[in-house]
Amino acid sequence: MSTEAAVKLTRKDFVSDQDVRWCPGCGDYAILAQVQKIFPELGIPKEKAVFISGIGCSSRFPYYMNTYGFHTIHGRAPAIATGLKVSRPDLHIWLVTGDGDGLSIGGNHLIHALRRNVELKIMLFNNRIYGLTKGQYSPTSELGKVAKSTPMGSADHPLNPIALAMGAEATFIARSIDTEAKHQQETLRRAAAHKGGAFIEILQNCNVYNDGAWEYLKAKDSKADTQLLLEHGQPMVFGKNKDRGIRLNGLTPEVVTIGNGVSTSDLLVHDEHDQTLAYLLGRMTPPNFPTPVGILFSTERPTIESLMNQQIQDAIEKSGPGNIETLLRRGDVWSVE
Amino acid sequence: MATNPAGGPLQKSTQERESVVIRFAGDSGDGMQLTGTRFTSESVLAGNDVGTLPDFPAEIRAPTGTLYGVSAFQINFSNKNVYTPGDDLDALVCMNPAALKTNIADLKQNGILIVDPAEFTSANLRKAEYENNPLEDSSLDKYQVYQVEVTKMTTLALKDTGLPNRSVMRSRNFFALGVVSWLFNRPIEPTLEWIQQRFGKTPVVAEANTLAIKGGYHLGENTDMFASSYEIKPAEIDPGTYRNITGNSATALGFVIASQKAGLPLFLGSYPITPASDVLHELAEYKNYNVYTFQAEDEIAGVGAALGAAFGGALAITTTSGPGMNLKGETMGLAATVELPMVITNIQRAGPSTGMPTKPEQTDLLQAIYGRHGESPLPVIAASTPADCFHAAFEAARIAMKYMTPVILLTDGFLANASEPWLLPSVDDLPSIPVEFRTDPQGFFPYLRDEETLARPWVKPGTPGLEHRIGGIEKDYLTGNISYAPANHEQMVRVRHQKVAKITQEIPPTQVKGPEQGKLLVLGWGSTYGAIAAAVEAAQAQGHTVAQAHLRYLNPLPADLGEILGRYEKVLVPEMNMGQLLKLIRAEYLVDAVGLNKIQGRPFKVSEVATRIARMLED
Repeated sequence: MSTEAAVKLTRKDFVSDQDVRWCPGCGDYAILAQVQKIFPELGIPKEKAVFISGIGCSSRFPYYMNTYGFHTIHGRAPAIATGLKVSRPDLHIWLVTGDGDGLSIGGNHLIHALRRNVELKIMLFNNRIYGLTKGQYSPTSELGKVAKSTPMGSADHPLNPIALAMGAEATFIARSIDTEAKHQQETLRRAAAHKGGAFIEILQNCNVYNDGAWEYLKAKDSKADTQLLLEHGQPMVFGKNKDRGIRLNGLTPEVVTIGNGVSTSDLLVHDEHDQTLAYLLGRMTPPNFPTPVGILFSTERPTIESLMNQQIQDAIEKSGPGNIETLLRRGDVWSVE
Repeated sequence: MATNPAGGPLQKSTQERESVVIRFAGDSGDGMQLTGTRFTSESVLAGNDVGTLPDFPAEIRAPTGTLYGVSAFQINFSNKNVYTPGDDLDALVCMNPAALKTNIADLKQNGILIVDPAEFTSANLRKAEYENNPLEDSSLDKYQVYQVEVTKMTTLALKDTGLPNRSVMRSRNFFALGVVSWLFNRPIEPTLEWIQQRFGKTPVVAEANTLAIKGGYHLGENTDMFASSYEIKPAEIDPGTYRNITGNSATALGFVIASQKAGLPLFLGSYPITPASDVLHELAEYKNYNVYTFQAEDEIAGVGAALGAAFGGALAITTTSGPGMNLKGETMGLAATVELPMVITNIQRAGPSTGMPTKPEQTDLLQAIYGRHGESPLPVIAASTPADCFHAAFEAARIAMKYMTPVILLTDGFLANASEPWLLPSVDDLPSIPVEFRTDPQGFFPYLRDEETLARPWVKPGTPGLEHRIGGIEKDYLTGNISYAPANHEQMVRVRHQKVAKITQEIPPTQVKGPEQGKLLVLGWGSTYGAIAAAVEAAQAQGHTVAQAHLRYLNPLPADLGEILGRYEKVLVPEMNMGQLLKLIRAEYLVDAVGLNKIQGRPFKVSEVATRIARMLED
């Protein structure tokens, strides 16, 4: 988080003068609102904040933040942001991507940014569809998805963003939902405070091409049964009546009903620093499990930018700051009179 | 072989030669590149001008003895100006039959051929696809063949080291180097010193290599195997301090020094690719010069990371070869439209696709100039000799920052690995690179342009009051905000063209070597410089009005070029491609130039250019 002196900023300071051009009703509005709401609390001078995106609906995000911003190329934002962060570790870089941008065309860059632990706060808006290109299935669309390019249903098995982030050994992995304002704010605050790269999957609704994709998680009457709200140190309880939970059976998690000999002390207790547990949580998907929401995993590991800048400092300490004359005269040098 | 009964050095004659072209050839594990580099150092210290050409297979360790596993290193050393690594060979050292088979065609009649008979076993002959032992039939009669028992003599020389046979064999190249050093009167002291530095940590290896090179040298000196040795007097070389440098090293240095002159960190984003990787390796050693080397996950991330660093205010570069530049194309388009400075270096190789990765070509010129989506003009600069890579890289960086534009730097696999003595520039004589980051919010617009250069301001994120967004979407001419206005797009396309066109004001008058007008102008770019220069000089010496012009700036072209082309009856454009510069100048100047095209993954020989010049003068 910020080392700069606290600056008093308000939400308005982070609102740019550009018209927001998402479709009315798009889930992106809610996410933009939460980001603009929490940013003044982070103590980051706005000139030190940079929003970088690729291509897609979500990637229009930087235009709406009154900070530095770079709307780049489809899928390549993590690479561009990595170059910036490595050479400018003083900046606070947030990356906005989507399921197509981050997991399809840019999958390679995303995994490498995560494994390198570049301190980028990566928000992946997952709406399970391609919006900007008008409605093709995405890598997170369910198998059999009927979309413009797949009239008979897609033949692609969907990708699990959390499991991918775990596989890439990200140091902070979270999931939130566009309509859950408070939860989202808290998740983003935690991501901002994390010392290292953060990956936040935000389940987001595309009301034009894939309306209701996450409705089962959002509907007031059913969300308590379909969401597993993770809290560090708390047993994994869910359900309208808080009567269901997750228990470990051997190496496999299972859903149990509390009562009839099962008590909360039998349930898994969330430990966001437990990598094995995070793997299990990442693989818990409907219909057999509720969807885990919250901080699935966090750990600390040196960032690539700290290691690379340290090497430069070490080299300067060892050999002294570079001198052009020395450099030119490196190796076998001879003089002709 | 006979030894001198008296035990002292034989009295031998010394023949003087103007220049010698020698090639060391052996298995890729035989250490030919090392031998060649050492011989080169000995030659520059002997005062000769030199030009070198390594030629190695793409296979790292090809099966021993095979034709495709042959690695070679050629050196041209002279008491005159050296422009190229030389055409045909005066001397050839072959460590095995495969090396002989693949290289003998380049040896001049009556040239010196040194072979190790112990290697001409039936197994090795079979691998080299020889039916008969060439040392035993008459096929080598037109050469001066010296059968030097390199293997046996090395074993003998190293018998007291206690090294196993396998290790002893690794010193064979030093023995051969010793023989050849004696033959051409090269001092071996620099190599002895070098051995101590290089192998000092493993004294037994240092001792073995020392014994081997001395053994070879004494063999020449003390036996009557060679009746005479050859002397190549020092060349008349401009006074100053020199070092021998390859193109890739010079490229790396050019960038570091440009970043120092600009007072910025240097950021290289790159993905390993032959023949560009050595620039990455070399820059990785210069961390104390504030150099970031980022080995990315792919070519796209390499250029992407560089663009990110450019946004942050670093001198950003990426290095690659042809196929890699294809991958970078989309990002180069973004860099062109967001108008951030960076240098994309393409060290060209034979293509398409994997092609022949270790062999040079000039086939990416049109890709560099045109190979992107949309109207995305970029300046293109090319280096002409190994040492010139320094100046070309420096200039590319300077132009990029002054005009806020990506610049493409073209070198090739020949320049990358070839070397020549480099007269070290004085740091003060290099142009300054003033960089000013915008900090004043008063009247700031992201696309407000400088009148002289049409460059937009460079703003470092972190500057208070200048927060703004840039991106790939077409933007308003002044504010940089998204704009789909038809007239604005045309204005932006045109201004991006004008900005690149403005760079002509940076281009000094084109140097024409030779008569100001006449029969023929030979126009080139890139690594063909040496072969053209030597061929043109030869034609001039015969009294022909032939001149040479060589282009550093390929886009934009020099303002005076059209006028120069008009002063000659004919224009010849030799290129290692199917005629790419030829197309450009025909299109640009409506001049009926003709091409000389060689696409063999090998540089032009001087004779090839000379023959064509002669033909054009006759017609």
